[in-house]
Amino acid sequence: MSTTEALLEGDDRNFTINFGPQHPAAHGVLRLVLELEGEVIERVDPHIGLLHRGTEKLIEHKTYLQALPYFDRLDYVAPMNQEHAFCLAIEKLMGIDVPRRAKFIRVIYSEIGRVLSHMLNITTQAMDVGALTPPVWGFEEREKLMVFYERACGARMHAMYFRPGGVHQDLPQKLIEDISLWCKQFPEKLNDIETLLTGNRIFKQRNVDIGVVSRQDAYKWGFSGIMLRGSGIPWDLRRNQPYEIYSELDFKIPLGKNGDCYDRYLCRVQEMHESVKIIQQCIDMMPEGLVMSKDNKVTPPRRSEMKQSMEALIHHFKLYTEGFRVPEGEIYSCVEAPKGEFGVYLVSDGTNKPYRCHIRAPGFPHLAAMDYLNKGHMLADVSAILGSLDIVFGEIDR
Amino acid sequence: MITSLIFFWSDLSPMMWFGLKLAQVAAFVLILSVILAFLILMDRKVWAAVQMRRGPNVVGPFGLLQSFADLLKFVFKEIIIPAGSDKSLFILAPLITLVMAFLAWAVVPIAPGWVMSDINVGVLYVLAISSLGVYGIIIGGWASNSKYPFMGALRSTAQMISYEVSIGFIILTVVFLAGSMNLSEIVSSQAGGFYNWNMFRFNPYNTYGWWNLLLFPIMFYMGILFFISALAETNRPPFDLPEAESELVAGFMVEYSSTPYLLFMFGEYLNMTLMCAMFTILFLGGWGAPIEIGVQFIPPVFWFMGKCLFMFFMFAMVKAIVPRYRYDQLMRLGWKVFLPVSLMSVVIVSTIVVFAGGAS
Repeated sequence: MSTTEALLEGDDRNFTINFGPQHPAAHGVLRLVLELEGEVIERVDPHIGLLHRGTEKLIEHKTYLQALPYFDRLDYVAPMNQEHAFCLAIEKLMGIDVPRRAKFIRVIYSEIGRVLSHMLNITTQAMDVGALTPPVWGFEEREKLMVFYERACGARMHAMYFRPGGVHQDLPQKLIEDISLWCKQFPEKLNDIETLLTGNRIFKQRNVDIGVVSRQDAYKWGFSGIMLRGSGIPWDLRRNQPYEIYSELDFKIPLGKNGDCYDRYLCRVQEMHESVKIIQQCIDMMPEGLVMSKDNKVTPPRRSEMKQSMEALIHHFKLYTEGFRVPEGEIYSCVEAPKGEFGVYLVSDGTNKPYRCHIRAPGFPHLAAMDYLNKGHMLADVSAILGSLDIVFGEIDR
Repeated sequence: MITSLIFFWSDLSPMMWFGLKLAQVAAFVLILSVILAFLILMDRKVWAAVQMRRGPNVVGPFGLLQSFADLLKFVFKEIIIPAGSDKSLFILAPLITLVMAFLAWAVVPIAPGWVMSDINVGVLYVLAISSLGVYGIIIGGWASNSKYPFMGALRSTAQMISYEVSIGFIILTVVFLAGSMNLSEIVSSQAGGFYNWNMFRFNPYNTYGWWNLLLFPIMFYMGILFFISALAETNRPPFDLPEAESELVAGFMVEYSSTPYLLFMFGEYLNMTLMCAMFTILFLGGWGAPIEIGVQFIPPVFWFMGKCLFMFFMFAMVKAIVPRYRYDQLMRLGWKVFLPVSLMSVVIVSTIVVFAGGAS
């Protein structure tokens, strides 16, 4: 049938377009197949896997310590939060106690990761609706935070700083002071960015009532993190299943009301303010002491000890060749990562390598709901909704 | 000076006249292009400053030669024509955009007597040419034979047509007040100082007397509407839907590269400067000085360019600050807000002109 005949017979096929993988608003390597009726979305079909690296399988062939860097490369926007979940899983299986100072450092860096992630997200969400200035302003703050990463562990992104049994090194006093200083100036910078967005009429028009998630649907789709809280469901693992020292800290869990893109944006902004408070509290409350468990079966001995003690040398050699053995068992441990509940399901068969390591990436169920979220919206809303989901492909494709 | 110029032109033989006109056009195009090169740099610099960046600063002192480096880069790149495209139309589209952008400048008076063609329906001419400019975009989007450009072209067509209507009405109010469609006469009707400009006409001692106090808020509002419509007309943020980066990647320009792309961009910036010039002429008194005491030694062209530059700065600032409208919101704004408001203003202004015994 020729096109003309098809038109005459009223065969109005929908317009199908490929959104990505080489699309500026696809947040990495997402490919969405969009079916359009004019400008209105009929169907969204997310195609994933373009960044699949087989992380889970690779982990099965690495010792526990060697597996850790893979977690930096999942959600590469907030690397340390992922390490945290894996370290917690190992620690729970082995029953290791983490020194108190290490717990504080972990919380500080988890919250820095949260600010890193949220800052990127709200500014790119702004970029997705066409505002080009907020990302550049936000990146300046992110840059400072990445320098904190670097000063703690030597790497700006792939930190490998959290280790089973604590953190790799203690923070220098100057760094702690600088983080404290940053905490004082950051809220002002955040307010600057907010002046461009929060009250902006166009920004509101593009986000209010877009991609609404009802409370029931948020449960049904298996959402977590901001996607839940944006719909007004008070669920935050830091509060509901406190790990580390979160139960001792004073912070609020911002909740949305309508579950639309704008509420999610507001939640993220508020969470950044809360994160800064948490960091400040941690710095004020931080005790002196060790940052790594003394159990040399898991943590490497100090270099100076190795020069004197035969046992330390053996420990060091065993740790960096064979690694440590984790007792048989299975465990699920999760943290409140910036994007939602990041979980690690670890099965150990008692050897030095995980038998199975399943990773629960929060972005995965969020992306799965793209069709539900977008149906009936317009083409321009796809990028706005995608922006508010906070998708990072490192963790979705794994 | 004007009269001597007119005699000069009418005394020439046809061949001489043609030759001189041609030289004049060539010079004008060249000067305009060079000015535009620096305006593009200014656009980028302003944008960079808002974003706390440095902007282009490598090529030449303060990056002054950046636009020329870009020109060379574009020109020396290979022209890629997609296999499925309609090749002749694909090449034709950017040419249309560029030529139309230049054509409209023919009637723009830069200073007293400094105008290519002083026709008495200048306003209509500009409107007609800028409508024709849409063809470049439609043809470009269609000839690419690709989905994103096609959508961009569709959006752009709808957008430009919608805002053309309200722009037409807004210009009508000015035409009523000036009693002429000749752009030079529109400018001279605002002579005398900034309180005579259409944007701020609160001088109760000109033709319309105390009616000016009523005209002032209306015309001020019309000026703002014209500016916003001009943004929409030139596809600048917040109305850059045809080339919305986060939705359509680059809209109708997706398949274009090297020189054809350059022509599109050039035409677009040229249209922007045209809109700045139109705003200056219609609302800011063209080449007239803000206060006409003690500044006679400054040539009028300076004022014209200064005002255009200011408007261009405003264009650049808007780009840096605002997010983008959605397609339906844009249409709603155009048809449900701008059109009724400008229509109302046309009615009110024409009533005032009739009853106050204005120029018409």
